[in-house]
Order: sequence, then C-alpha cells, then structure tokens
Amino acid sequence: MAEMDTSGGGHKKGPGVKKGKKLSTRVDLTPMVDLGFLLITFFMFTTTLAKPKTMEINMPYKDDLLKPEEKNKLKASVALTVLLSKNHRVYYYEGIGDDPNQAPDLKVTSFKAKDGIRDAIIAKKKMVDGMKRAGTLGPKDETTVLIKPDTTSTYSDLVNMLDEMNINDVKVYAIIDISDIEQGFIQATEAASAGQ
Amino acid sequence: MPKAKLPRKSTNIDMTAMCDVAFLLLTFFMLATKFKPEEPVVVKTPSSISDFPLPDEDILLLTVDSKGRIFFSVDNKVKRKALIENVNSERNLNLTDAEMNNFAIGASLGIQFSQLKSYLNLSADQQAEIGKTASGIPVDSTVLSVNNELAQWVKSARNTNPKLRICIKADGEASYPNIKKIISTLEGWKIFKFNLITNLKAIPAGTAAYEQKNSMAKAE
Repeated sequence: MAEMDTSGGGHKKGPGVKKGKKLSTRVDLTPMVDLGFLLITFFMFTTTLAKPKTMEINMPYKDDLLKPEEKNKLKASVALTVLLSKNHRVYYYEGIGDDPNQAPDLKVTSFKAKDGIRDAIIAKKKMVDGMKRAGTLGPKDETTVLIKPDTTSTYSDLVNMLDEMNINDVKVYAIIDISDIEQGFIQATEAASAGQ
Repeated sequence: MPKAKLPRKSTNIDMTAMCDVAFLLLTFFMLATKFKPEEPVVVKTPSSISDFPLPDEDILLLTVDSKGRIFFSVDNKVKRKALIENVNSERNLNLTDAEMNNFAIGASLGIQFSQLKSYLNLSADQQAEIGKTASGIPVDSTVLSVNNELAQWVKSARNTNPKLRICIKADGEASYPNIKKIISTLEGWKIFKFNLITNLKAIPAGTAAYEQKNSMAKAE
C-alpha cells in the first residue's frame, strides 16, 4: 500500500535514451505509527469516558404557610430515628422520641457491614411487616426512617445513610434537624459508655 | 545429509496496517473525547450504590471541598453570559462587558460579590491561583439574607435557564452544617429535588436492593 507501481507501463524506451536512476518509493511508516500511538495515549488519558454517577434525593415539601393539621402525622410504631454523630458513629432508637418523660433507648452502632445500622433497619422492616400482617397497622403504613445528622457529622455520613435507604429499600425517609433533647441523649449515652 | 536451506526472509515489516489501526483509534478517541473540566479543588466524593448517570447539559454544579468552601459553576457559555448580566443588574456590581465575557468563558467560581470585579480582570491562570485560596461563595441558612450570595446565584441561574438540574458534589469530609446551609438555601427557592454526585460501589449481597436487581436480571 505504501509502495507505488513505478515500472512505467511496460513500453520500452529507445536505446539512446538515458534511464533515470530508479528511486524507491517505499516510505518508512514507523515514525508515523509512533506519532499515532503517542496521540492515542494522550487522548486516552485526558478523556472522561466514565460519567459520574449521581444519587437523586427528594426533600419533603416545606412551606411555612402549611398548617400543622395539614401535615401528615407519623405513627411512632413505624418510625426508626437515626442520629448521626462525630467519628461516623450512629445512634438509633425506635419511635420518634416525642415522649418527654421517657428517654428512648439509644443504641450505638456504625456503618460496618455486620451488626451495623443496616441490620437495625432490616429488623425494623421485618417488625413493621409483621405488624401489618397482624392487622395492627394499615396497608399504607411504611417503615419510616428519620435521619437526624448533628453538627459534628460529615457529609459522607449523610450519603452513607441515604445509601442504606436505597440498599434496604426503605421508601419513606426524611432528613430532619436534630433537636436539643436528642443532642442531650447522645451526650448522656456517651457519658454512660465512658463511665463503664 | 544435505541441509535444508531455508529461504531468507526480509525483516522489513509493512507498517501500513499498523498505521491504519493507530489512526483509526486516534480518530475514535478524538471524536469521543470530552475534556475533563477544570476543577478548582480536589473533591473526594463518598460512594453509593446509585448508578443514575449525570445528565450532559443544563447542570448547575455546586462543589464543596473538605473545608466547606462552595464553588459554583454552570455549563453553558451562552447561559453563563445571561446569568452574569442578571446578577450584575440585581446586585449593582458595575461590571463591564469585557468582565462579563470573562465570566462566561471562565471556570468554577468561589468568590464573594465584593471581589468579583477585580477577580474577573485577572487572566485565567491568575484566577486559578486565587481560586485555590478563595473563601468560597458565602451562604446563609435563609434565602432572604443579603449575605446569602449562593441564593442569588441559584436564583439568577434558574431565571436564565429554568431547566437547570442542581448537582452537589461535596467532599465526604465536609461537615454537615455546611451541607445543611446549601440544602436549606435550595429549599428556600422551593427546590426539593436535586442530585448528589457520588462514586459507584457494589451493592452488598443479601440486601433488598441486591435481590431486586437480581430478580430484574432474571426476568430479562
């Protein structure tokens, strides 16, 4: 392909005509291949073939004009409240903790695969399913997880927690501000575990 | 026994075919390439199992680094021009036409309104240098606050391009209160749906999502 036919058609020149020296038309393509691969390497490294993945979140509709009686009331029996705190620690308790006289039973865990928050969520889902079958809860009641990150938690905690929602197929969840009372619960639990 | 004489073969290899392949690949990469956008800070995003791809256009990207500094960027150059004109008139920044053009071709922005004019007079290299030490776009917990400059940016961006999808690309180490301020700013403008950019990780075996995916694969 890189060579060209230079034999000149086949007719012979006369005896007095001087023949020009035949030059080879073969071109060494090696440098061109080198250049080609150099550019390929450049484009391969600068290109972004893998598009970044995103996680879509929907925050609950919030409007200051919404009257309290129009808001959905959450049943304490379907709720699991998860508090995110410093050093990627996770505190959770059953219910919504609205009873001021009785402090909820706070448990400490983390995002680890075994005995982590995932198992707590799975257990809660099983419990809600059992209650639905028993007829204590209506068919529309769903396991609800309330995520309350405190000021010392990081963004990765939040994303991990939202990811657990996707992993465990929890359909109803919300990100809510932590209350001072719950902040107190965490401190009390921390103090208790430090005292042991 | 007479030795079998092997005919001597030329060591000259025809490079033409290899050259063809090289340039074919080169053409592919040149056409398929999309250059990595210049980023002001290095952000290490957390991982999730979500595999929804980032849309190609109409993105408003808020980059948050580990210290909580916010950088703002919009993709389309024409829309960027309209955006800066909108911000300029609403905040009375007295930007010249050249400065606004400079914004339109620029990269991510992490600067206060008060410094914007001098920032836009710099060259791209100087801007990148300042971007490293910039304080980020100021944000507050309510949209109505004058100090909430992010709210102004988001509002103007949505005015110029209503189709914008808002993406937050935050570092895993960024503290929650910083993220919370961004979320409440978005909520203030009645934006309840947005995307968080994450890395992809495998779905852990034995979970609800894992079974869902497997049963879908079987049905196909």
